[in-house]
Amino acid sequence: MKGVDEKEYLAPGHRACAGCGATIAARLALKALGENTIAVSATGCLEVITTPYPETAWEIPWIHVAFENASAVASGVEGALKAQGKEDTNIVVFGGDGGTTDIGMQSLSGAMERGQNIIYICYDNEAYMNTGIQRSSSTPYGASTTTSPAGKESFGEDKFKKNMAAIMVAHGVPYVATACISHPQDLMAKVKKAAETPGPAYIHVLQPCATGWGYSPDKTVKLGKLAVDTHMWLLYEAVNGQIEVTVKPSQKLPVEEYLKAQKRFRHLDEEHIEIIQKFVDGQSKQFGLTE
Amino acid sequence: MVKNMKSIGAAVRDPGSTRRNKTGSWRTFKPVADKEKCIGCGICYLYCPDGCITLEYDPDYDYCKGCGICAEECPVKAITMERE
Amino acid sequence: MVVKVISSAEAISEAVKLARPAVIPVYPITPQTKISEKLADYVADGELDSQYIRVESEHSAMSAAIGASGAGVRVFTATSSQGLAYMHEPVFAAAGMRLPIVMANANRALSAPINIWNDQQDSISERDSGWIQLFCETGQEAFDTVLQAYKIAENPEICVPVMVCVDGFILTHTVDPVELITQEEANEFLPPFEAVNAYLRTEDPMSLGTLADPDHYLEIRYELEQAINDSKALIEEVGKEYGDKFGRYYGLIEEYKSEDADIILVAMGSICGTIKDVIDEQREAGKKIGLIRVRSFRPFPKEALKEAVKDAKLAVLDKDISFSVGGALYSDVKSSVDNETYGYVLGLGGRDITPKDIEDIITKTENPTKDVEWIGLRE
Repeated sequence: MKGVDEKEYLAPGHRACAGCGATIAARLALKALGENTIAVSATGCLEVITTPYPETAWEIPWIHVAFENASAVASGVEGALKAQGKEDTNIVVFGGDGGTTDIGMQSLSGAMERGQNIIYICYDNEAYMNTGIQRSSSTPYGASTTTSPAGKESFGEDKFKKNMAAIMVAHGVPYVATACISHPQDLMAKVKKAAETPGPAYIHVLQPCATGWGYSPDKTVKLGKLAVDTHMWLLYEAVNGQIEVTVKPSQKLPVEEYLKAQKRFRHLDEEHIEIIQKFVDGQSKQFGLTE
Repeated sequence: MVKNMKSIGAAVRDPGSTRRNKTGSWRTFKPVADKEKCIGCGICYLYCPDGCITLEYDPDYDYCKGCGICAEECPVKAITMERE
Repeated sequence: MVVKVISSAEAISEAVKLARPAVIPVYPITPQTKISEKLADYVADGELDSQYIRVESEHSAMSAAIGASGAGVRVFTATSSQGLAYMHEPVFAAAGMRLPIVMANANRALSAPINIWNDQQDSISERDSGWIQLFCETGQEAFDTVLQAYKIAENPEICVPVMVCVDGFILTHTVDPVELITQEEANEFLPPFEAVNAYLRTEDPMSLGTLADPDHYLEIRYELEQAINDSKALIEEVGKEYGDKFGRYYGLIEEYKSEDADIILVAMGSICGTIKDVIDEQREAGKKIGLIRVRSFRPFPKEALKEAVKDAKLAVLDKDISFSVGGALYSDVKSSVDNETYGYVLGLGGRDITPKDIEDIITKTENPTKDVEWIGLRE
């Protein structure tokens, strides 16, 4: 394919669920980065499914240590590469939303603040999927998870998701972007830009998860497109803090179309859907997508 | 070559070795491509979570888990899911 | 020959400089900080060409050390007390991943109550982490041990990280004459590190830190157990090689007048200096008292100890406590030998240990009433 690295850096045979969005994110990101890359994983789905000893899906050097410290591990790798005079090698970190926005927040903040030359990719499926769909700070408003279940007295998660991209921009990270697996060219272009940027880069990738969100595995990409087309997930980049939207959906669909396609939102009544719609409308306005 | 190297601390010195695990056995439906209809856009190739669609747009049934994303996303409906 | 009157914190820094680690990730904590500050000076002055990473926590210090060591370079870090407790998780990972990291630990009490003074509870609590733990008696030994630690850790047959333990403040902040070696001598004893078992090279990709299921985990842990057992011979060998070169010999244990002793004290770290003085006095008074200083707590020198204790009565001194059991060294000694063995817990949280306390312990061991006693408790 034109402009796309034809090599596979994440081999098949890995143990991801059928229709896994995380592996789409990783596979595309690695194609954008190429073979001169070292990957660091936080504990999570991607780590577990790709390295069942004595096998590995990784075709490039890869290291995993624990859940919360991938950014610190990457900092050490960067130090070693500098010492070896291999500064041109990309260091990419893959952390899930739990490993990034919750338990990995401190080490990520440290690495970004120090200006470590690493590309951090958060593959966000909006809950702790590896441990069984528990709520994270990236779980969206209204989602039912195993620790924020909908019930007689509960409509599921009662907070809006943490805005990680904004937090990264506030760190002074020179390249910050959001992406979605449904928009592969946009995602790969952003990963390439991240690699070209000296210093740290952060990309927050939304990746639908059939198991955790409750939809049929063939709809993973469709859900991503719906997230973008309803403006539930905005695609933009912030270069030195200057925000620019990279994908402007031709039409803005009501959030209900996105919500009703997933079991995790199925319990929501009109009132809560309206709250989400208002929140999304505010965001669209803020980013100049609507008047 | 791998066998002669020392591997300790659960290090794996055999890149891409999950290929030994044929995940095709997970499948209940398999994607079948109609080459007549295929326009070679590469969408199925890019979206495949298992990286098991070749550049000739043939699914590699050794690894295809039958998720159906390729069939769902094919803009010309050249891929259909058929029961195994 | 260069002799400097320096603290053991500085002695460790001097040794680290000679070992030329490529990466030094550190986070401040008293009383370790003097080591990392000194290393920062060396880097700032161009005396040491290392990537000095000012991480945001000890957890990240060990994590970055793992990342760098995994990438195949020599690494150093230092910590103490709460910092070591905070990095507990990656400390285990470093050993499990078989990465030859060397870390200095300035021994200090653990909270609560918070207390910055010396005991050995911190590193003792990492006893089962899979690290080699070497306890030093003096600044000189700390200097010598850091250089040996790299040689032990980096041996391709061993690949186990080494913790060099020095008593906080008692050693880290007090000065003594320390005989240094030259860079040329250090280079000869400790050649540049060449990673053979773990590295991250794009030309030869490897996956580190994989997931081992019940079919594999047991064997991988057993390999670590074997490596740590095998390191006993290597620690002796490296200690001898160092002695042959520089005149100061080291092993798993140090025997001090224990040959014919009726009572042997067993202890670790700086307290052994005080014990030796007391033994000298007791010997003059005609009492056959000796000391076995355990230098290597892990691997535990079971065989060497068994041979050295003969049929003496043993008094084991611990600056740590495994509640309801006694000190950790005490339980290890007791389970390794058949001798009559008594345990004494003392000095926790920096409580002074005087020659009088040691004399008390000897008296108590002569007429034992309890298996385990706490020494110096106030009414």
